Amino acid sequence: MLRILGKIQRIGILTEPVAVSDEPALTEVGEQLRQHIGARFHGSLAIREVDAGSCNGCELEIQMLGNPYYSIERFGVHFVASPRFADMLLVTGPVSRHMEEALRRTYAATPEPRLVIAVGDCGACGGEFGVSYASCGAVSNVIPVDAVIPGCPPTPLALMRGILQAIQARPQG
Amino acid sequence: MKSAPDVLQPLLSHLLASGAQARHLSDQLAPVSMILVEADAWLGVARSAHALDFRWVGVWADDLRTDPTSAATFHVNACFEKTGAYLVARTTISGDHPALASHTPVYAGADRPERHVHDLLGIVFQNHPDTRRWCRHQAWSADQFPLRRDFIQADAIAPTPADHSYNFLLAQGTGVDEIPVGPVHAGIIEPGHFRFQAVGETVLRLEERLAYTHKGIEKIAQGRDAAGLARLAGRVSGDSTVAHTWAACQAMERAAGLELPKRAYHLRALLCERERIANHLGDMGAMLNDIGFAFGAMQFSRLREIWQRMSHDVFGHRFMMDCIVPGGVAHDLEPRFEASLRVQADAVREQIKRLMAIINDLPSVTDRVRGAGILQPEHARALGCLGYVGRASGHSVDVRRDAPYAPYDQLEVAVPLHHYGDVNARARVRLEEMAASFDLIEALLDDLPAGAHNTPWVAPTAECEGLGLVEGWRGEIMTYVRFGADGRLACFFPRDPSWTTWPALELLIHDNIVPDFPVCNKSVNGSYSGADL
Repeated sequence: MLRILGKIQRIGILTEPVAVSDEPALTEVGEQLRQHIGARFHGSLAIREVDAGSCNGCELEIQMLGNPYYSIERFGVHFVASPRFADMLLVTGPVSRHMEEALRRTYAATPEPRLVIAVGDCGACGGEFGVSYASCGAVSNVIPVDAVIPGCPPTPLALMRGILQAIQARPQG
Repeated sequence: MKSAPDVLQPLLSHLLASGAQARHLSDQLAPVSMILVEADAWLGVARSAHALDFRWVGVWADDLRTDPTSAATFHVNACFEKTGAYLVARTTISGDHPALASHTPVYAGADRPERHVHDLLGIVFQNHPDTRRWCRHQAWSADQFPLRRDFIQADAIAPTPADHSYNFLLAQGTGVDEIPVGPVHAGIIEPGHFRFQAVGETVLRLEERLAYTHKGIEKIAQGRDAAGLARLAGRVSGDSTVAHTWAACQAMERAAGLELPKRAYHLRALLCERERIANHLGDMGAMLNDIGFAFGAMQFSRLREIWQRMSHDVFGHRFMMDCIVPGGVAHDLEPRFEASLRVQADAVREQIKRLMAIINDLPSVTDRVRGAGILQPEHARALGCLGYVGRASGHSVDVRRDAPYAPYDQLEVAVPLHHYGDVNARARVRLEEMAASFDLIEALLDDLPAGAHNTPWVAPTAECEGLGLVEGWRGEIMTYVRFGADGRLACFFPRDPSWTTWPALELLIHDNIVPDFPVCNKSVNGSYSGADL
């Protein structure tokens, strides 16, 4: 136990205080996120992530939002296990035809008002896969989409910025 | 490759002695050997290979028509391997109702791959013990075969309904509960369906239903040029983007007879070893997270993040996507980054050592991973389990060592081997593989050849084909390509190692408790996308 505490103290707090390379300050995006989530979601934004057929690259970067560098929970963002208590769906694509109905049902199970963000180039436009016998392409071909976050895959910071823009665009109330 | 004739000759003799019609071909898939057999000798090939202790690697088929209105003719290929000598057996069948003997009664691992071929090409594998569909859900009907050249894609496709009619095996009896999970899972992970039958907390049986992420990769590859195929291969499984792109490029370069500058091979290996470490770091964290040990999870996710940031700074992408291209690598390694890569490798190696000194000492961790999810060595062998899953259960396959491709032919690759087959053994193998990869990164940088980092791609003529074999972080990736006219692809089949480890998960979870499923699953970490195609 002492060694765990020692290690924790030596590593210190990594959670990013300043700019990451050429990206604008993470905290700036984060603080705005916190403010908007405070104003529009009573301080807590619950997200249900749905992989509707991706190559798993987007999932890896979305998972990274929870690591100590980004620690997105500190801004009030939580990933939840059920759409029934989600405010937002983060959907990666392309939407495979085999996931089409599961995505529709997940959407139907999410209480209104709900926000849907299509994540990644495939979610945005079908990406390398497009529309085929097995793929519906963009998420918007299957359910209504409020915003897109392009990238292959989008970086954690791009994801945070995209989530921020989507909730900013939503009418306050 | 090892001197293949010594290993393959007994197989050919065995086959001919059994009365099979077989003809030896030497160079069409060089450096891989190929034999052409009559359709009625198809089962004999598997029997002979099995008798001589060959591993079953994969099966794929190819509709050879260029004119879709002509009569259908198919090549069906099965690949076998022993001590690094690879052999492709090929037969030709034709007609609207093509049929061939199933290899599944001989090699259990052929089960789902054969059903995949059936669903996409309509080739019936006779005496297959499981006649249910596999990659087909409800997106196309039983009489349609998307990979046939005469398949007509409808202009407007009606919404695809849920797949209700799949016949899961049922367990009956007092006290047996059924727990359906997925396709939308609770975490931020890929979709698939797990059907558990449990008595109390103990898992009696698990059945997987996958192919939810089937995107038609083999179909949309057709007609692409080499650069387009490399991009697509890089998205077969995002976490293995480097290895899959390498396997596809290696197959295309073998088809084209293209030799690369030495520096290109070295840089590819550098990318691939970095990918291996990134994923093992991530999975170590995820395994610790799944046993509720947040400290370990955070520490390993921290290491993965700094590792990916370095990949971004040096190679321009956090996963090094699209860094490998036909003919070499997209960008050269700038000399100023050589030291950064070394320093980071040393630092992360040291950090892991210190972390493991803490973690290994905690009974609350070791209690959860020791004895959990045991994959018996005989099961690993029967299924041909690859990568760390096989190596944790006494089954050692590593293309880098067994059939070394450049630059591994110049390097010593340490391949860890454990025998107990539990979550702990899989974690040990991953840690030891990381140690080996740190050594390889150092050796690759020590000996980085000067010169060009790529050579211009020259497309081969129609009918040239190649087989790529690359050791990705999950294990051996086998990728087949055949070119058509104008340097465009006529056939593409990438065999992710996950095909061999998904069935293993069904076995190793038996008699474990349901709450241990997440850590058992993560210790295997099959790719859904990579196997669903």
